[in-house]
Amino acid sequence: MSRNDWEVVIGLEVHAQLTTASKIFSGASTAFGAEPNRQACAVDLALPGVLPVLNRGAVERAIRFGLAIGATVAPRSVFARKNYFYPDLPKGYQISQFELPVVQGGTITIRVGEGEKSYEKRVNLTRAHLEEDAGKSLHEDFHGMSGIDLNRAGTPLLEIVSEPDMRSSAEAVAYARALHALVRWIEICDGNMQEGSFRCDANVSVRRPGAPLGTRREIKNLNSFRFLQQAIDYEVQWQIDTLEDGGTIRQATVLFDPDTGETRVMRTKEDAHDYRYFPDPDLLPLEIPAEWLERVAGEMPELPAAMRQRFIDEFALSDYDAATLTASREMAAYFQSTVDAAGMALAKPCANWVMGDLAARLNKAGLEIADAPVGPQQLARLVTRIADNTLSNNIGKKVFEALWNGDGGPSADAVDTIIETQGLKQVTDSGAIESIIDEVIAANQKSVEEFRSGKEKAFNAIVGQVMKASRGKANPAQVNEILRRKLGG
Amino acid sequence: MSLSNEQVLRVASLARIELTAGEAGDTLAKLNGILGLIEQMQAIDTSGVAPMSHPQELSQRLREDAVTEPDRRDDYQKTAPAVENGLYLVPKVIE
Amino acid sequence: MIHASLTELRAALDTQRISSVELATLFLDRIERHDPALNAFITVDRERALAEAANADARIATGESGPLTGIPLAHKDVFCTEGVLTTCGSKMLSNFVSPYDAHVVSRLKAAGAVTLGKTNMDEFAMGSSNENSHYGPVRNPWDPARVPGGSSGGSAAAVAARLVPMATGTDTGGSVRQPAALCGVTGIKPTYGVVSRYGMIAYASSLDQGGAFGATAADCGMLLNAMSGFDPRDSTSLDRPAEDVLREARREAGTTGPLAGLRIGLPREFFAEGMADDVRAATEAALTHYRSLGAQTVEVTLPNARLAIPAYYVIAMAEASSNLSRFDGVRYGHRAEHYADLDDLYRKSRAEGFGAEVKRRILVGTYVLSHGYYDAYYLQAQKLRRLIAEDFRSAFDQCDVIAGPTSPTTAWAIGAKTDDPVQMYLSDIYTIAVNLAGLPALSHPCGFGADGLPVGLQLIGNYFSEARLLNVAHRYQQSTDWHLQRPALAGEESGSAR
Repeated sequence: MSRNDWEVVIGLEVHAQLTTASKIFSGASTAFGAEPNRQACAVDLALPGVLPVLNRGAVERAIRFGLAIGATVAPRSVFARKNYFYPDLPKGYQISQFELPVVQGGTITIRVGEGEKSYEKRVNLTRAHLEEDAGKSLHEDFHGMSGIDLNRAGTPLLEIVSEPDMRSSAEAVAYARALHALVRWIEICDGNMQEGSFRCDANVSVRRPGAPLGTRREIKNLNSFRFLQQAIDYEVQWQIDTLEDGGTIRQATVLFDPDTGETRVMRTKEDAHDYRYFPDPDLLPLEIPAEWLERVAGEMPELPAAMRQRFIDEFALSDYDAATLTASREMAAYFQSTVDAAGMALAKPCANWVMGDLAARLNKAGLEIADAPVGPQQLARLVTRIADNTLSNNIGKKVFEALWNGDGGPSADAVDTIIETQGLKQVTDSGAIESIIDEVIAANQKSVEEFRSGKEKAFNAIVGQVMKASRGKANPAQVNEILRRKLGG
Repeated sequence: MSLSNEQVLRVASLARIELTAGEAGDTLAKLNGILGLIEQMQAIDTSGVAPMSHPQELSQRLREDAVTEPDRRDDYQKTAPAVENGLYLVPKVIE
Repeated sequence: MIHASLTELRAALDTQRISSVELATLFLDRIERHDPALNAFITVDRERALAEAANADARIATGESGPLTGIPLAHKDVFCTEGVLTTCGSKMLSNFVSPYDAHVVSRLKAAGAVTLGKTNMDEFAMGSSNENSHYGPVRNPWDPARVPGGSSGGSAAAVAARLVPMATGTDTGGSVRQPAALCGVTGIKPTYGVVSRYGMIAYASSLDQGGAFGATAADCGMLLNAMSGFDPRDSTSLDRPAEDVLREARREAGTTGPLAGLRIGLPREFFAEGMADDVRAATEAALTHYRSLGAQTVEVTLPNARLAIPAYYVIAMAEASSNLSRFDGVRYGHRAEHYADLDDLYRKSRAEGFGAEVKRRILVGTYVLSHGYYDAYYLQAQKLRRLIAEDFRSAFDQCDVIAGPTSPTTAWAIGAKTDDPVQMYLSDIYTIAVNLAGLPALSHPCGFGADGLPVGLQLIGNYFSEARLLNVAHRYQQSTDWHLQRPALAGEESGSAR
């Protein structure tokens, strides 16, 4: 039997660290990279007698997320204690939300694959709840001991739980990417996966199509999209192989080893914890009045889905272009500013430049769009100069490169300065073009003969010579038209 | 309802409290006495009664998001049984 | 000076008839002399106390004194005190010098009270007799062979023996009121949320509340005024305007009797079987006296009160099992010397660091929260809690305060109940329903039992009625002298304080 006889079922749990200045239940800093335990205050260390007080900023970020995915933001939610012993968990329990989470339901639309074969899918979310992060165990050897750093303990997390709606690793990655873009878009998480700001757990099972859900195994702590894909692919194949060999899947938590590309069991259900959840008596129910929701809704940025539709409607962009341009808030903002400066009529060439030359150049330089040396005002001026025939598209690329190198200064006027000082203005004077053509015809009689004897290729060679003679500045359309007339073609 | 010896050991394991074989018997008897007392609750029909978690049924007060805690690592680690390089030391954590 | 009220001490300090340093020395000397027999203190810090007293004298000299400036105080060892050993009566914290002050401690420091030391208590405030302390049992000043009650037994005994004029305590199920009754002093537990729990080492978070011990209701009121107040670090602290809980007690009595119009509710269930005869006699006599002050008594009912004990112990033990998980031998506290691995470190540190009763409560608490039992135990207890709170609500439609005995018996012999936890728990029968509902209540002396041991009367009020409770007790104390009786310490005569 082949892999195609199995249906893959994937649900994701994502832990997003929230961008608050202080911790969820204490006034200690959440900044990354401090010396061990210098950002662990009495509350984070669980000294005897200390108590938690909830950070308004963490709640507000949860509200933003709930509104962004069209979820119910619970008017009343409850914090519970999840009890277990671990050295990175100072209280011996994690404060989390269990029965009544702050965000309930919601959906995220993802686009899977690229180009013609790509498709859209709606992924349903079960819930998102607020909780505190744990500290870190450092395993380098201290005479056979581990070292515990509690700086991270108490950092606010939003745990975002999806329904088991994904059917392939590609869908899972597309969902994780869409979620990653969204939390950054609404500025609740910095999305830095290397620093652990955005961590994925994947619940994976396989079944025969139409059969009830299979037994799932949970892959913990995947901190890159590549590992997410690799881990799921390995796990799916392992489960299928196991079942086809007549084995059974036991519910388990597994870890992915990037070095071997394999998953291995961390614990099985039999030794699963009994977390003894109960409402945290140190905290009262979290109430979010309608007025708060309304205020946050009023402060929300335009969301990617809405912006994408607007780009299609207002700018007549293709769905693909609109989706690409709204992949990140920075790119969308860059594009929007470019169009604002260039005018709506030039939206399509603006889109082409942003997705084409700019994206390629950024990629080559390893830069983020927010750090692009060519600003949106400059790009808009460049697009305008091409549209008004001051520049040919090809010379436009030269100007772009000059802008990238900082020629002409940071303002949009740099475009005109470069055109001026480097003499790049396109020649559109028919008389001038005609005289260049006459010279070229005179000097290339052989090509002219070939063309007249039916070799169409020879025409292009002559155009090339004309462009060369004009140092690329002759308007290509005019060159074509005049040459064809003169050659009687 | 009374506990078996096995259950007591399971609960002690969850609570990370070592019970020696000698202690287990006496502990079991006393816990069963306490559970007997607690069982009286089951006689009451509480269907339709909402659980009450706090004397004052108010809502959570929120703290403004501001860093207010200075670094007091040295003070806090004075009471620690074992620290090195600012880290709390524990027997090797295996995962 | 030893037996002076706080108001008298205030006047003596302000008129400089005595300095704070002299006053502190007087009490420190008394502690030195009498505490070895009572074991009421875990820590006495003479040097620190005298330094605080000197500061207080400086404040008094510049006219900056508040009501408690320069008056000696003891804290129950459940309150964290910066730079001072804070043990909670446990081996687990026998080496814990707190790096910070509890809110209550900060407030009393700011008020200028002079801390003489930290009082003995049942380990982690779990107990009704003070026999569960790692530092040994506290002895009742009225009879050293008897328990002082618990868990704030050290504070109650210290005030009763006049080793200190006032002391803090905490009350989770009666831990201020019951030792106050057994030691013949006055003790008040305010409405849940009035005193911040920040820095008060948690036993059962939804029940724990700080309280005050003094010789009289007026003294308790002065201490409570200084202890209470909003604290943003405690999510359950109530953000209410500051109030003077002695405002009613200061008012001139009316001509028709000081308590005319007061309706005292007597819960039928509290006066049923279970109360010792001598306690019943003293209680009845106190009620007769209250009627003579103009109050009327009405019968009320608290039908679910009998379920308070099981509901209370389920909630308290569940919360405790979780609250005490932080004691793992990693960041502070006792750590076993020998262990095989991480889990073994946890198991041994906790087995060695906790005493038998604490371990029992953690085990029961762990069990009732564990998978499959939550609904039957914890949730059921929370539902009963509501029924009990509603009983009080109905009762207060018919009366202004509720009165009854604080404890079913007077102080019992040390060791009498230590082998039977259930018998020990049943001695909390009259006090714990109050904590489940979160109501304020106090206990004041109202006579003596068969063995010459003090009997306490409990007054329970509606939410935020501390001023009324203290006024009622104050009127009683103005017309009786039970609160002035003092025990005979070694080398001293028993008798009346004035």
